[in-house]
Amino acid sequence: MSFDYDKYIRPGKLPHIWCPGCGHGIVMKGLIRAIDTLGLQKNNTAIVSGIGCASRLPGYMDFCTLHTAHGRAAAFATGVKMAKPEMNVILVGGDGDGTAIGGNHFIHACRRNIDMTYIIMNNNIYGMTGGQFSPCTPTGAKASTTVYGNPDPAFDVAKLAIGAGATFVARGTAYHATQIDKLIAEAIQHKGFSVVEILDDCPTTYGRRNKFKSVIEMMNRLKDIAVPVKAAEKMTAEQLEGKILTGVLYKEERPNYTDEYAKVIERAKK
Amino acid sequence: MEKTPANIEIIEKYCKGCHICVEFCPTKVLEMKGFVASVKNLEACIKCMQCELRCPDFAIKVS
Repeated sequence: MSFDYDKYIRPGKLPHIWCPGCGHGIVMKGLIRAIDTLGLQKNNTAIVSGIGCASRLPGYMDFCTLHTAHGRAAAFATGVKMAKPEMNVILVGGDGDGTAIGGNHFIHACRRNIDMTYIIMNNNIYGMTGGQFSPCTPTGAKASTTVYGNPDPAFDVAKLAIGAGATFVARGTAYHATQIDKLIAEAIQHKGFSVVEILDDCPTTYGRRNKFKSVIEMMNRLKDIAVPVKAAEKMTAEQLEGKILTGVLYKEERPNYTDEYAKVIERAKK
Repeated sequence: MEKTPANIEIIEKYCKGCHICVEFCPTKVLEMKGFVASVKNLEACIKCMQCELRCPDFAIKVS
């Protein structure tokens, strides 16, 4: 049976601005299905973003939405969560927005363990601003600002989030569409800061500079490099060369910021 | 039990012609007709919903 996405999308906003074959639409569908599964209310759910292609997502969603300054989604979302701790706060953004321009906000939101969910759509590039390399651009890859190949090693967003103190970290890909909503739903249910990295494709600014002939080739690459965490346990180091683990990578229980801050308020009242 | 035929609706003004639905359909029901996707072989549809699930543009509805 067809899923009714329309009831969660602002009327008249489609078609969206994303390029043909861009995976952001697939991630948006996954987010909508996750929200539907959990039964989140429109007036009790805030979707916050920074700037970039991925950050256009809240504009299409019929929820409380906030489109903020570049990289500052986590800062504004922290404000929303502190003012209304009962609200479900979901952050969306790209790899450039989240790990470079907003890198500082990102790691400190992880450290504080605020009860929010951050969905990072990692397409290895700054798409909207013209294809500049981001911290997630692989070594050797070409971008508009690294025409002879990128000399930098890339960030592993999941490891960065775990190292910074996030208490739920998962990874999926735009190819594995059915997995996206399950990961996002589990992340939203987790009490604490949860990060879901979705590996995505950017055919316009990344694919055409890096010899991908089509969107399909980019999607098949995601299919080929992804290895579920459980399957990886039985694989050797050589077999895992060049592969990326998907699924729930890390989970722990730790006091979260809103609960701890409520205690501070109680202490101050005495 | 009689098999109920599938109904595939393609919203042409949303379709951007990325080929994802055509390529990932396991029974090759869809084809590109110029710029947009269209149904070629409806009888072969097994209602696996892969096209609807993967369409980044919210352009396909299978029921």
